Amino acid sequence: MIDRKNPPASKAIEKVDFIKVKKHQLSNHIPVFVVNAGEQELVRIEFIFGNVNWDAAKPLLASATNTMLNDGTSNLSGAQIAAQIDYYGAFFQTEYAYDHSSVTLFTLNKHLQSTLPLVKEILTASNFPQKELDNFINNQKQKLKVSLEKNDFLAKRKFNEVLFGDTLYGYTAEETDFDALQQEDLVKYFAQAYQPKNCTILVAGKVGDDVLYTLESLFGSWNSEYPFTPNAFDFKINEEKLYFKDRPNAIQSAIRIGIPSINRKHPDFPGLQVLNTLLGGYFGSRLMNNIREDKGYTYGIGSANASLQQSGYFVIASEVGADVCDATLTEIAKEINILKTDLVPDEELQLVKNYLMGSLLGSLENAFSHADKFKNLYFYGLDYDYYDRYITTIKNISAAELLNLANKYLDFDNFYKVIVGKK
Amino acid sequence: MVRFERFTLENGLRVLVHEDDTTPMAVLNILYDVGARDENPAQTGFAHLFEHLMFGGSVNIPSYDEPLQRVGGENNAFTSNDITNYYITLPADNLETAFWLESDRMLSLAFSEKSLEVQRNVVCEEFKQRYLNQPYGDVWLKLRPLVYQKHPYRWATIGKELSHIEDAKIEDVKAFFKKHYNPQNAIMVVGGNIKLADVKKLCEKWFGPIPSGEKYHRNLPVEPAQTEAISETIYADVPLNAIYKVFKMPGKGDENYAAIDLISDILSQGKSSRLYRNLVKDQQLFSDIKAYNYGSLDTGMFVIEAKPNENVSIATAEEAIWKELESLKTDFVSEEELTKVKNKLESVLEFSEMSLLDKAMNLAFYELMGDADMLNHEAELYLKVSQQQIREQANELFSSEKATTLYYLAQTND
Repeated sequence: MIDRKNPPASKAIEKVDFIKVKKHQLSNHIPVFVVNAGEQELVRIEFIFGNVNWDAAKPLLASATNTMLNDGTSNLSGAQIAAQIDYYGAFFQTEYAYDHSSVTLFTLNKHLQSTLPLVKEILTASNFPQKELDNFINNQKQKLKVSLEKNDFLAKRKFNEVLFGDTLYGYTAEETDFDALQQEDLVKYFAQAYQPKNCTILVAGKVGDDVLYTLESLFGSWNSEYPFTPNAFDFKINEEKLYFKDRPNAIQSAIRIGIPSINRKHPDFPGLQVLNTLLGGYFGSRLMNNIREDKGYTYGIGSANASLQQSGYFVIASEVGADVCDATLTEIAKEINILKTDLVPDEELQLVKNYLMGSLLGSLENAFSHADKFKNLYFYGLDYDYYDRYITTIKNISAAELLNLANKYLDFDNFYKVIVGKK
Repeated sequence: MVRFERFTLENGLRVLVHEDDTTPMAVLNILYDVGARDENPAQTGFAHLFEHLMFGGSVNIPSYDEPLQRVGGENNAFTSNDITNYYITLPADNLETAFWLESDRMLSLAFSEKSLEVQRNVVCEEFKQRYLNQPYGDVWLKLRPLVYQKHPYRWATIGKELSHIEDAKIEDVKAFFKKHYNPQNAIMVVGGNIKLADVKKLCEKWFGPIPSGEKYHRNLPVEPAQTEAISETIYADVPLNAIYKVFKMPGKGDENYAAIDLISDILSQGKSSRLYRNLVKDQQLFSDIKAYNYGSLDTGMFVIEAKPNENVSIATAEEAIWKELESLKTDFVSEEELTKVKNKLESVLEFSEMSLLDKAMNLAFYELMGDADMLNHEAELYLKVSQQQIREQANELFSSEKATTLYYLAQTND
């Protein structure tokens, strides 16, 4: 008879292998980082630009410029660009995030010579036709109307706003902000943000010399220089901590509570990641165990310590039955308090350590994920030794150190608390 | 190309093994051949509720998640109208832990009352979060019973109503387990940095002793062909009008499935697609419109989902949609447009091979359909679709008497 009661023997993860980027540079000094791995004949090429020239009076400029990048250039209409991208089975994505705006091409290598020139066209000659802008404004306003009916969306907006005010991290778009978008402003922002000096290229997949050669021939002589100011924010501290928005028909309430926190550059960050995992960072976390698996108040609850280039924040988010909203807040407070007063039992700590190591190993699935890990480092001025420190912290952190971190960073009374729905 | 080996244990469990040494991880995926379509009409949502209960402890192991997390693993599951699929990813060195956990819950669950009570609540909150407390969230609860008259696709996986979940009893849970959760009704895929010989040994050790159980023979009512247009209008507290138009289509195993799937790509894949180009960009009638199909195993749904702009009447919107569909019925799609959607498909398949878990899930699903190797020949089916076939299938699909339409309209306050 086999023993089904006790787990089979298992091994701790000793080693995590990172595929480190190789650095190249185009003639015009654009840095190109390459992760060459994988069996599939394809590549992902990201062009990443820092967000610049923040102007709270024109909060949507950077995001609108980014989203409209495939809507037409001086030589090709949006329809022509789309037709060619699609014809070659490629995917073209624009992404606007807190610190960067990017343009990403996913393509089979055999079509690279046809698809990469389109990215050059987009990055050097986009002209934001008025007709496309009107269409964009209309469609985005409609989408916003739908989003504004979602409690979790409302809670997230409010939370960002109370933490980060009218900076890029905190602004909340209104319909009128869309109406205020002007073509000439987009053209100007495009020139200032999308230029070689503000560009980083990251290539992942099966990357042969031909890929680098094509990048050089297309982008190596790209020259344009406009003055720009990298974003730098002053965050004001909000005295008001509690925000409640009543939604009369809500059957669930969205909860989002948290506090500004450290980012990846801070030496405490890896330890705080361990603490966060314990509290709400994985399926077996204390918040999930208590509020979902024991009480059944919610479908899901989680926490995170998010890293931004100029800040960071700790957040707990959930959607819970309207009748148990207060009870949920009480339980969250209780769990945080326990982390501050009681040492984490050895068995639980060991579990979280093993889980985090497995999770790190599993997050390095393919060339794309190795490239993503590099992004976490590069834009924070960190090197791969960050992951050495991260792994060392996971393996060695003690219950006493976690208790100190909880007291240092999880000041529940000072948390901003946003609730949308019913209380 | 996803290479695999296949064997069957004496108790009927089908096993596929995919070796991939480019990763330090392993995946163990088990597909149970049971979905919402197999539910009793008076107890809908049960397959999905049951999926939750599979994490509530098994006969020898009180906690499922904890020992897995302890060896660096993660897991999840999903239920569809057709299947229930469970998966684990973990460091390949610790593969045996996955065998221990999965085999014990195939052997028997703990059937804990506490777990049932809590998961009933959790699923009710899921119901509220995803279907009731979202704008347009209940659309499929309304649409499915309009589209299907006989077939159990007429309810959503979450269930018809909250009360079906609230009323679930432990006896029902036991009976469901006995009927569907045994080696004969399961397909297991083990992939990653593992060796076939090791997997065989582990299978014999952990799954070999499980009694084969009874084979479930599915005998579902066939959905009759639709002969009359169906439409319904509802008013709700949403900001924009929406139109949902559904045409019934053959299941995923049908010889015409690839052609129909390409029709949805012609209409809606990418920014060069017809609906986006013509109706959102050129005519500016909609802020959002898309076409897709559910990829169901039985008679499926080809869906067009659209949000007309505020100044556009429903009649105008409707007419514009029909004009696009009619054009597919009368004119041949150009060689270039057809090549475009085929190229895109080829690309999607290539990219999907970058994920070990996707490969494992796909192998299991195609094995259920008859042969996992179909995964490696999927592209061929699409590449041989002709312009004529596209037009023929458009004519089969898009006729007004076969349409089911839901007008989901914004309540006006005046």
